[in-house]
Amino acid sequence: MSATIIRNGRVIDPANKRDEVIDLLIIDGKVAPLFQLSTLNSQLDEINASNLIVCPGLIDMHVHLREPGFGHKETIESGARAAAAGGFTTIVCMPNTSPAADNPSTIAWIKDRAGDTACVNVLPTGAISKNLGGEELAPIGSLVQAGIVAITDDGHCVQNHQVMRRAVEYARMVGVPVLDHCQDYNLVGNGVVHEGYWSTLLGLPGWPAAGEEAIVMRNILLAELCDHHIHCQHVTTAGSVRLLREARTRGVKISGEVCPHHIALTDEAIQNFDTSCKMNPPLRSQADVDALLEGVADGTVSILVSDHAPHADFEKEVEFDAAPFGIIGLETELGLFLDLLVHKHCKIDIMRLIEMYTVEPRRLLKINAGTLSIGAAADLTLIDPDLEWSVRVDTFESASRNSPFDGWNLKGRAVRTIVGGKTVWKL
Amino acid sequence: MRAAESVTTSSSPDAAFALRWNRKDLLGLRELSAEEINFILDTADAFKQVGTREIKKVPALRGKTLVNFFIEPSTRTRTSFELAAFRLSADVINISASTSSLTKGETLKDTARNLEALHADILVLRHSFAGAPQFLAQRLEASVINAGDGAHEHPTQALLDLYTIREKRGKIAGLHVAIIGDILFSRVARSNIFGLLKLGKLGVEVSYKIDNVLPSADVVNLLRIQHERQRKEYFPGIGEYTRFFGLTKERAKFLKPDCLIMHPGPINRGVEIDSGIADGLQSVILDQVTNGLAVRMAVLYLCGGIST
Repeated sequence: MSATIIRNGRVIDPANKRDEVIDLLIIDGKVAPLFQLSTLNSQLDEINASNLIVCPGLIDMHVHLREPGFGHKETIESGARAAAAGGFTTIVCMPNTSPAADNPSTIAWIKDRAGDTACVNVLPTGAISKNLGGEELAPIGSLVQAGIVAITDDGHCVQNHQVMRRAVEYARMVGVPVLDHCQDYNLVGNGVVHEGYWSTLLGLPGWPAAGEEAIVMRNILLAELCDHHIHCQHVTTAGSVRLLREARTRGVKISGEVCPHHIALTDEAIQNFDTSCKMNPPLRSQADVDALLEGVADGTVSILVSDHAPHADFEKEVEFDAAPFGIIGLETELGLFLDLLVHKHCKIDIMRLIEMYTVEPRRLLKINAGTLSIGAAADLTLIDPDLEWSVRVDTFESASRNSPFDGWNLKGRAVRTIVGGKTVWKL
Repeated sequence: MRAAESVTTSSSPDAAFALRWNRKDLLGLRELSAEEINFILDTADAFKQVGTREIKKVPALRGKTLVNFFIEPSTRTRTSFELAAFRLSADVINISASTSSLTKGETLKDTARNLEALHADILVLRHSFAGAPQFLAQRLEASVINAGDGAHEHPTQALLDLYTIREKRGKIAGLHVAIIGDILFSRVARSNIFGLLKLGKLGVEVSYKIDNVLPSADVVNLLRIQHERQRKEYFPGIGEYTRFFGLTKERAKFLKPDCLIMHPGPINRGVEIDSGIADGLQSVILDQVTNGLAVRMAVLYLCGGIST
């Protein structure tokens, strides 16, 4: 029997509508009622959480762990350590690995690997289509039996609306949500940056906002047609926010998530052809950033994610068009969202921020995480919301360094991450 | 003795232009000041005269190695840079995409670093991706001259256009320049716009009706249809392009008598310009080619000529 008490923390547990300064007891890796303290007959470890927030372990439901196939960018082990260092106890990994996670064996491999090496909970997603090709459905039922929490072709997008319709219907039958990377290939073409002022000035191929919005609209129509949940990954444009708001008001089973870089930066950041500002979807205009902030404020955009996308230095150190899309984010996202959403722009309070990182993904993915209810796994994040710190990518746990935020000064971060009652990382 | 030395130093061209030019690279016109652009054009004046001598060669870059690194096809620009380098007494090697190790999977950075390890002093880069010259300039000690990067910039083309306008019209400020053609894909248009905005001080207007623009133009700069960057769906076809945007005989009648007709070449006769108009009295297309040599000599001299 092991027991730990976290003293004097401000316990924020949105699932149970709690926000109070109180001790939190953990016995054998689970949240326990405080009265059991009096009957405890083992040694009690103590953690002082004065002036800290104690909340359910945060969930990032959009992460690329790169294994199998791309271990030189990240491994499940290093990605999990990066997650822990960012305050995350559960991460959901995307299927664009090699081989793609479009078959039960690969899902089993990922789960085994995570069980052996990961210090946080790793939940795999499976592909919508075979080899993420957008044409034939992956064996979605078998993938669900193998333990996936959702299907997605992230990094790719099923273009054929009929294939997508069948996937959504099938996903409904087997009880998993559909996550979608919204990109119309014809409209986007070889676009690498937001189509607008800066793409025009720099002569870089444009990625128009309509290329995202056309698929967001498609997903709204299919969610209605199939009466099943579709979640739009990393939405970036004012039009997407408007479409989601209208559809959600009508009760359509549709939702959206936002990444920190899409509110922290605009397309102006690409003016020196810095490939650490190249991601898909791209950095947008200030008007889009403003709309995303409003979308977060009014609940239209309900989930916060990183789209953690590691790439090796040599892969990113090429011509802008030739560089792969994506940036790492696990170790900066909480700091950026706290700094921007809570402190600077005052769009949401810290209770809502934690809710967007716990209750919302828990509800969407129907997973057993994101609550401090008695008996729940003691996955906890301790946050100092006012700690001022500087981002230093050379200290990151991630195997990659492709971040545009090196040197940024942020306010607020995780200081300790606890999984199953055990501290897996602390500042 | 000491005094004599210092006099020699301060009167040497190196010291004189170091005050007005301290860039190792020429990446684009957007980053240059009006003073810097004018200084290049003034320097080109001096070099233009070299081309009229019996011995068309000066020792300004003697002992320097220039690499023409063309990852996208080009004859005219490459030849112009090559000839400019010869006239400055530099040693020149040409590398094209098919002869470089890029086809074997080597990255641009590694190829360029290898060239630098062979002590190349000046790298003239033509590349299909925007920003490639910036990428190399940040990583190499050698001078990097942008000879056209994707749809981004083609600074020496714009400089020779500016030079030609200034030469023929005596000024640039206040003139109306119509840049006609495939602006979206044109690095020539971008560099011209950046340069003209700095020297001309007028704004930019976009028009889709060439007939409304021609009567007031002092200069018409026609762009070549960029077949290699053009995707099929951008416009219905060559015939329709000529009908709406081509400088036909009929349209040329609306031009002011002293309007200059320019084209960066290679021209598509009968597409963007009528064949007779291209060879007519208002056409300065071949003057542009001659001036291109002087401008490129100036650029190579200014960027690569300072001995450090």
